[in-house]
Amino acid sequence: MATNNNTTKKIRVLPGFRLTLGFTLFYLGLIVLIPLSAVFWKTSSLSWHDFWHTVTLPAVLASYRLTFGASFCAAVVNAFFGFIVAWVLVRYQFFGKRLVDALVDLPFALPTAVAGITLASLYAKAGWIGQWLEPLGIKVANTQLGVFVALTFIGLPFIVRTVQPVLEDLNPELEEAAASLGANRWQVFWRVILPMLTPALLTGFTLAFARALGEYGSVIFIAGNIPMKTQITPVVIMGELDMFDYAKATAIAVVLLVISFVLLLGVNVLQWWTNRHDSTNLA
Amino acid sequence: MTPPATTFHAPLRAGHRRSTTESPRVRRLLIGGALAFLSLFLFVPLISVFTQAFAKGIGFYFQTISDPLALSAIKLTLIAAAIAVPLNCVFGVCAAWTIAKFEFRGKNILLTLIDLPFSISPVISGLIYVLVFGAQGWLGLYRNADHPAFPWLANWLNDHDIKIIFAVPGIVLATLFVTFPFVARELIPLMQAQGRNEEEAARVLGASGWQTFWRITLPNIKWGLLYGVILCNARAMGEFGAVSVVSGKIRGQTNTIPLHIEALYDDYNFTGAFAVASLLALLALVTLGLKTWVEHKNASQKEADISP
Repeated sequence: MATNNNTTKKIRVLPGFRLTLGFTLFYLGLIVLIPLSAVFWKTSSLSWHDFWHTVTLPAVLASYRLTFGASFCAAVVNAFFGFIVAWVLVRYQFFGKRLVDALVDLPFALPTAVAGITLASLYAKAGWIGQWLEPLGIKVANTQLGVFVALTFIGLPFIVRTVQPVLEDLNPELEEAAASLGANRWQVFWRVILPMLTPALLTGFTLAFARALGEYGSVIFIAGNIPMKTQITPVVIMGELDMFDYAKATAIAVVLLVISFVLLLGVNVLQWWTNRHDSTNLA
Repeated sequence: MTPPATTFHAPLRAGHRRSTTESPRVRRLLIGGALAFLSLFLFVPLISVFTQAFAKGIGFYFQTISDPLALSAIKLTLIAAAIAVPLNCVFGVCAAWTIAKFEFRGKNILLTLIDLPFSISPVISGLIYVLVFGAQGWLGLYRNADHPAFPWLANWLNDHDIKIIFAVPGIVLATLFVTFPFVARELIPLMQAQGRNEEEAARVLGASGWQTFWRITLPNIKWGLLYGVILCNARAMGEFGAVSVVSGKIRGQTNTIPLHIEALYDDYNFTGAFAVASLLALLALVTLGLKTWVEHKNASQKEADISP
């Protein structure tokens, strides 16, 4: 390590290391780290007892259950359909494929408020989709199902965009080898293709899940935000903020933040593991 | 290819093909399933935005988007984006330069920290600025302290009554935060892949640092940079959660376009809400179009790099 550092110092001919690193750290500290530390500063003004009491209030616990449950279900549905979309986009030819490929990123590009009011109006009783579900006794607007629909929308591109490049790079010889050794298509898929795509699928799943946990804009219009029933955790935080109860809002925010950080760490470990796995495979 | 090899492979072909692609029926099923899912969640919502925007005719549409409140929201959104995008662009280039061109300890931690704003709920992104600059936050406590650390600064702040939360600076800060990683994220892998050979060659041949950057690095990363800027801008103009925490939602003063949409919707002016929303939907479509074009450019640049 030490010798490595010395050699890079000796041959470092490019300028600007100190300037750019300095600016990067300064800007990161100013915009992200210092403001973020305020959350932990504010929480420390609460006693442990008060903190625990706040984050385990029945309405807050109900919001965790809904947020996690709906995010998880949405990520599962996205993993399934996202995989099919990625597969179809990589392997098959059909009319309008390039347009479909470009539109997959719509949930990234469409502002969440626009998505929110659109989904709310589509799934309302008289809405384009809601009017077909109403006779079947399925209610989406102002129910937990509505939260799930909104979270499915915003998580859609994650799986497609993580699986797609891996699927494109997949070596066809492996499939041919399996086939020539007598495997049928289903066995090739299940035993050869799917194991190679599992890390990408897991990464996409975690990203979609993590994104859904913090989502606000697309959910609030369709969910109706009924306490104990359709209130997600970010809405609970917003409610406390509207009442200027910053300590309470911050306590709940800390819980959500810590979970997000753990998920982020999970994604990083997963990617590190995949990279190492790939390099050992190549060697 | 010698003839015997072909004859050796020939008997395998039939079963082989069956095992390396799917039957037409399965293909049609998969394509149909994918398109049905995408229609339900993407195409129908997209069409419905524009249909509902024009539900009361084109006159009502233009009346809604040229309303003074709408215009002030559009202006505020443009201001926030005009500040946030260039700043994060400069940051992105600096971060990518330092991470891609140099080796140093703690690089992975830095990479994770740059990604941090992506994994934070928009509501919390707004909350942290309220905790720093709000009346009950650091700045508020400092201004109201009996013995502030720098009395002249506290006096100056009190005299000038600088408002950050529930005012335009807070909106700009929240926008800066949520769009923080976009440019850096696009540039870091790109510049890492390109290495530093070209820049080092330019330096050895006598180019200055700036010349190296402008003539070598920038042309190499221009499409990636543009891509990052496009995504950054889309998010900056569309951010809702973070901005709604810090804005205070004063109509005509601190409402951005997404907040104006919410206000119209809450007033049961659905057609008006969709009319304004159609502007942002159009922006999203332009973003996707540009993105596809840039990806195409990027791919052809890569091919051009490889072919000679």
